Amino acid sequence: MANRARGLSEYVVRAKDLLKDYQLGRYSVRALDGVELDIRRGEYISIMGPSGSGKSTLFNMIGGLDKPSGGTVFINEVDMAQLDAGELAWLRCRTIGYIFQTFNLITVMTALENVTLPMIFAGVATDEAMQKGAKLLETVGLGDRLQHKPTELSGGQQQRVAIARALANDPDIVLADEPTGNLDLRTGKEIIMLLRRLNQERGVTIISATHDLKMIDVSDRVVWIRDGKIERVEERAEIEVRVGQVEGEEAG
Amino acid sequence: MSKATAGSVPIQKLKMPPWRQAARTSMKSISVRIGRAIITSSGIFLGVAFLSAVLTSSAVLSSEYVAKKFSISLGQADQVRNIWLVVISLLVATVGIINAMLMAVTERYKEIGTMKCLGALDGFIVRLFLLESGLLGSLGALAGALLGWGLMSLYYAARFGWGVFGHLGYAMRIHLTTHIDLKLPLSAAIAASIILGGALSVLAALYPSWRAAKMPPAAALRVEI
Repeated sequence: MANRARGLSEYVVRAKDLLKDYQLGRYSVRALDGVELDIRRGEYISIMGPSGSGKSTLFNMIGGLDKPSGGTVFINEVDMAQLDAGELAWLRCRTIGYIFQTFNLITVMTALENVTLPMIFAGVATDEAMQKGAKLLETVGLGDRLQHKPTELSGGQQQRVAIARALANDPDIVLADEPTGNLDLRTGKEIIMLLRRLNQERGVTIISATHDLKMIDVSDRVVWIRDGKIERVEERAEIEVRVGQVEGEEAG
Repeated sequence: MSKATAGSVPIQKLKMPPWRQAARTSMKSISVRIGRAIITSSGIFLGVAFLSAVLTSSAVLSSEYVAKKFSISLGQADQVRNIWLVVISLLVATVGIINAMLMAVTERYKEIGTMKCLGALDGFIVRLFLLESGLLGSLGALAGALLGWGLMSLYYAARFGWGVFGHLGYAMRIHLTTHIDLKLPLSAAIAASIILGGALSVLAALYPSWRAAKMPPAAALRVEI
């Protein structure tokens, strides 16, 4: 495979025996109970499950946003627990891009400034960063809104900016936590299509944690999680045969 | 030092952006939240205004010129009271700043978490807040000093005439023995309060911003405002 030839591992993320316990007052809650998951490079994988299933917790572990209570997460075959703060920051900056349900754009900055921020942290020169940022915003369809602040953009547009920002440093992985959670049906569909297009064009691995069944259509694999354990993992072919097609309603 | 990895680029330690970058981001944050910024610095503003008023008052009333011409003198008891006033006004200002800084940082947990996801180092987050608080504190202290000193000067000018300012006493004097006699003229005292105001603001922001920077991003992002 071309990836092997370039020294890239087959699996971009590997989670082994993941455990996570939360302290809530006197009680300890086990959010993840021995999760094993291998994610292939270039894959579009969705983690699905009800609220409280451990979906977001698993997402946080894979994304380096929190430390597991037990088990290991390998990103590009590097054990995350072995990384110090500076290296972890590097990982978050260069290897992983993040998309959130609430967009999480910096409100004091314009769309272009938001997209260039990760590049500035990566040490890219300002001019180069601005050029690349403008191109990325064009790719997501916001070429004419570079100087708009997040408050001047609709939800769907803000999420597009967030997507452009996530791609700023050409990451290996894009992590999306409920990307369509705050969007209406039609906009949500557009965002999902955009993510799929980027996955196919750029080969970036997309891992999304979501409730949204519309995501199933574009995923290569779906991981169903419940009560901190993986229930089952379905390949795209299996889903199509079982479910047929999942169609969202057209609004208006 | 870079770690080998099976990804496209080997892992390195991320480098801190230059101070200029932190300064630019801080200025932008302040300018957009100008109302909030004014409230945050009002604690230091009022504290230093009070302090400057006390210092000015002390400098004028301890003047021998005033004592001779208007038969007013500052006794030992007055001096002690002045020191107390100074101490209390400093305490008030400090408490005000600490509270304001705690609020300022806590309100922005989500923003901090997001920046860490983009690759901000803990030290960068702390720098951002120290720059902001230092700037707000210095400006607030400067404005407060001008107000306190200005108002008091006007009052005493009306009362004793402008001539009194050529014969000022000491703003603070701690006279314990013939050998221990600390005398602080007004100009030095005002300058010291401005610098103190700025320094206190930076110190007050240090702990909350360090704690916020050290939080794992998941915890910072989980906060609902």
